[in-house]
Amino acid sequence: MNKSKSTEPWQTAEIPGPKKALVITKPEVVSSLIRRAKNPILIVGHEAVEVQLKNEKLIDYMIRIAENAKIHVVATAHMQGEFFKRCFHVDAWMPAVDIANRLKDSEWKGLDGKGSYDLALFVGLPYYMEWLILSGLKHFSSGLKTVSLGMHYQPHASWSFPNLSVEEWRKNLQVIVEELGGKKNVHV
Amino acid sequence: MRIKELKSDLCTLKDFEISIGKIIEEMWTEEAGPTVFPSIADLREWDLKLLERYKPFYMPFCDVCCLCTFGKCDLTGDKRGACGLNMAAQQSRIVLLACCIGAATHIAHARHLVEHLIEIFGREHSIDVGSVSVEVEAPVTRLVCGVRPKTLADLVDVLNYLEGQVTHLLSATHTGQEGSNIDFESKVFHAGMIDQVGMEIADIAQISAYRFPKADPEAPLAEIGLGVVDVTKPVILVIGHNVPPAIEIVDYLTDRGLYGEVEVTGLCCTAHDVTRYNPKAKIIGPISWQLRFIRSGIPDVIVVDEQCIRADSLVEAQKIRAPLIASSEKNCLGLPNRTNDSPDEIVKDLLDANTPGALILDPAKVGEVAVRTAIAVAPKRRKFKAMPDIDNVIEGAKRCLKCDDCRRACPNDLPITEAMAEAARGNLEKLSSLYEECVGCARCESACPLDFPLHSFIVKAAEKKLKEEKYKIRVGRGAIRDTEIREVGGPIVLGEIPGVIAFVGCANYPEGGKEVAEMAMEFAKRRYIVLTSGCAAMSAAMFKDEDGKSPYEIYSGVFDAGGIVNVGSCVSNSHIAGAAIKIASIFAKRRLRGNYEEIADYILNRVGAVGVAWGAMSQKAAAIASGFWRLGVPVIVGPHGSKYRRMLLGRKDQMEDWYVYDARTGEKVYVGPTPEHLFYAAETKEEAMVAIAKFCMRPNDTTKGRSVKLTHYVDLSRRLYGVMPDDIHLFVRTLADVPITMKDEILKVLEGKEWRENIIPDPTLLPRLIRRRRE
Repeated sequence: MNKSKSTEPWQTAEIPGPKKALVITKPEVVSSLIRRAKNPILIVGHEAVEVQLKNEKLIDYMIRIAENAKIHVVATAHMQGEFFKRCFHVDAWMPAVDIANRLKDSEWKGLDGKGSYDLALFVGLPYYMEWLILSGLKHFSSGLKTVSLGMHYQPHASWSFPNLSVEEWRKNLQVIVEELGGKKNVHV
Repeated sequence: MRIKELKSDLCTLKDFEISIGKIIEEMWTEEAGPTVFPSIADLREWDLKLLERYKPFYMPFCDVCCLCTFGKCDLTGDKRGACGLNMAAQQSRIVLLACCIGAATHIAHARHLVEHLIEIFGREHSIDVGSVSVEVEAPVTRLVCGVRPKTLADLVDVLNYLEGQVTHLLSATHTGQEGSNIDFESKVFHAGMIDQVGMEIADIAQISAYRFPKADPEAPLAEIGLGVVDVTKPVILVIGHNVPPAIEIVDYLTDRGLYGEVEVTGLCCTAHDVTRYNPKAKIIGPISWQLRFIRSGIPDVIVVDEQCIRADSLVEAQKIRAPLIASSEKNCLGLPNRTNDSPDEIVKDLLDANTPGALILDPAKVGEVAVRTAIAVAPKRRKFKAMPDIDNVIEGAKRCLKCDDCRRACPNDLPITEAMAEAARGNLEKLSSLYEECVGCARCESACPLDFPLHSFIVKAAEKKLKEEKYKIRVGRGAIRDTEIREVGGPIVLGEIPGVIAFVGCANYPEGGKEVAEMAMEFAKRRYIVLTSGCAAMSAAMFKDEDGKSPYEIYSGVFDAGGIVNVGSCVSNSHIAGAAIKIASIFAKRRLRGNYEEIADYILNRVGAVGVAWGAMSQKAAAIASGFWRLGVPVIVGPHGSKYRRMLLGRKDQMEDWYVYDARTGEKVYVGPTPEHLFYAAETKEEAMVAIAKFCMRPNDTTKGRSVKLTHYVDLSRRLYGVMPDDIHLFVRTLADVPITMKDEILKVLEGKEWRENIIPDPTLLPRLIRRRRE
């Protein structure tokens, strides 16, 4: 697509308002955000098993990010079984709007009861659904920063990639995997 | 009454005149409950109970409010606008606006219909929706208004009340009125409740007057699909929701022995209702079939009435040179008003193309003009299409700029650019494959910088599929019989019929309408009672098994386990609410009249009913859903439903939210998250199916009933998620709840969760229903 549109909302009419996401210009920003966060969480939607990134699925990248970052993972929709098939145990399954509702609650003690989350990363939800959920969190959560790991710009996140090609996106995710200190079994 | 002169022993009267506005004949001996004709605050306490458990989660479309001349106010985070409103209140205000629009639409539809029917059939025409099999003819109206309508005239009083309520509710959205998001939400519930009454008024009026099927489980089958139309005949297409013009078309044809010579076809709810009048009429499909059918060139005349009609229907009609008749003052389309002109003149002008269409606000005249025009214009039009040839598609694809603007405009993010790239190489498979997921909005066309008719490209590529769209739908049966309620009331309340699931709403589906048919059949197979209405009822029909049978041919239309029951059009949704209400009233003998809170409390705690609006799009759908919320019925929407911008979500991790009173003792008892949410958007069909099974559980389930419901919940979780549910311990109250076939696994889960046995209460949220307080 036209590069001039790279930080416009992917769905053209979804104009957010005055507060827009900071653009992740380098994938190292994400790994740095995760490392600096006290209690990050990764939310993975159903498209993670539909998106093909070279020889793997998006979910495989997410598993490596989660393993390397030692981060809580919530599977939405019917994704729990997909993780299970890959021998990865998510910390919880719940609907996307349900986990968002809990993240909004500053009193929530998290999945392990040890404290609230300060960074939530989203990937694999339908664009419009993630757009709305990120909006809910932008307006109604205090102390939570959000990151969209999708390939399209999500203006309601705190940080988002610009609109990327699939290959650019894959390379960015791979850098994040490597930056977080994991295996380097995927070649950029 | 006038008396010119009357002489008697007592006196002499001259020019005596007396006028009595209305005599209310009160034959209903049932004592009225506390909320007859409730005002907008009368049920607030009940609403607050629901909203305390199911708190709103707002997801604003944008950061600003732009409703007044202060300009755009940035409401980001905890900011407030110039009027003092914050973001939560603004979002709930928008939800209220949507629900007011929806309720006003149904109520105005009912008003139009009732006035028209009174004009034709008279004020004293009886309300009859099922003769002796339906004695509770208007359960929603009885519950809300405390009146029992006997005639069409009785419905007018109810409409007066409803219109007043909509005005009050709408006024609350004005700048500087309501300031609390929770009170806005309470008003949303009120809008939903009066919307249900409005729908019921509309449907019982038309059932009674037009002799639609009267609670008939064996209502006839009608044809549905684009392929069912006989294109060799003149074709009239009716679109919308208010059926009188379509009925006049049928009557005009029938009276002149022309019915078999002209095809009467319909889209959206007018199609439902015209088949309820005459099952030989044909349904093309849901709302999303509008463009594809018009552009096919098959319709010779298009008649639009009201609601859910594309605003560019006249533009599209002109593309295929089909005259368009607008028949509702709510949708005049800029056309000249020809209501007072003679049919001869109007037909001549339409045939001579002196005008692209006409506004005719007289249904009988619409009937005559539409038929005569269709018969005369059909040979001239020769089905002039607005569809490209295959060569045009391929040539267009070669010129495609690959800018992605089409995809970025598509609600379903369909890969149109990729499909065009394939088409440029002569392969139309990918374009064709988009057809089933396309919602027919044509935003792709508006976005295209080269003005390609991309929707038409997709439809052309899928031409073969269109021709094969031939299915059967059972026409809307209307109400549920009292006798059916008596049969199944017990098994539903005790949980032995695992649930009542209503597939309702529009056709803004994430992955096509087939998902509705798949879900409906899955739950019918599992012996749930499946209800359908509106566009969802059509989508449920558009599926064939290996024997070529549609779901309505496979499954019974009886309101019983394993049935797939089409109640009818949008306004027939009231019968779904009515069935839940009648379970409380007829089966449980709870007082109905003006007793909303108690009946809703009963339904919330005992009736395992769930609404599924998989393609909900409109403000009407929002109002319909909110009526169910106040009644205690949870609603699941598809992912696009998240754009209603507000969910009502329970927190199963917060044990304190899930206590009810045991009406026997007054003791507070934990009952688990039953049902867990009141309104939530599921991401996928699989998620929705598991949620449906889960949301059917209710505190009152017997151990046998809970065991049946758990079996379905666990089985669907395993099949669709590949794992056992992680929250099953929240739904097991005693070991007798555990399904025998799953005992070992579930016991292992319970051990790990420090589960403890609990009692099964006689559940209520209302302290006044406690029979004996604990000492």
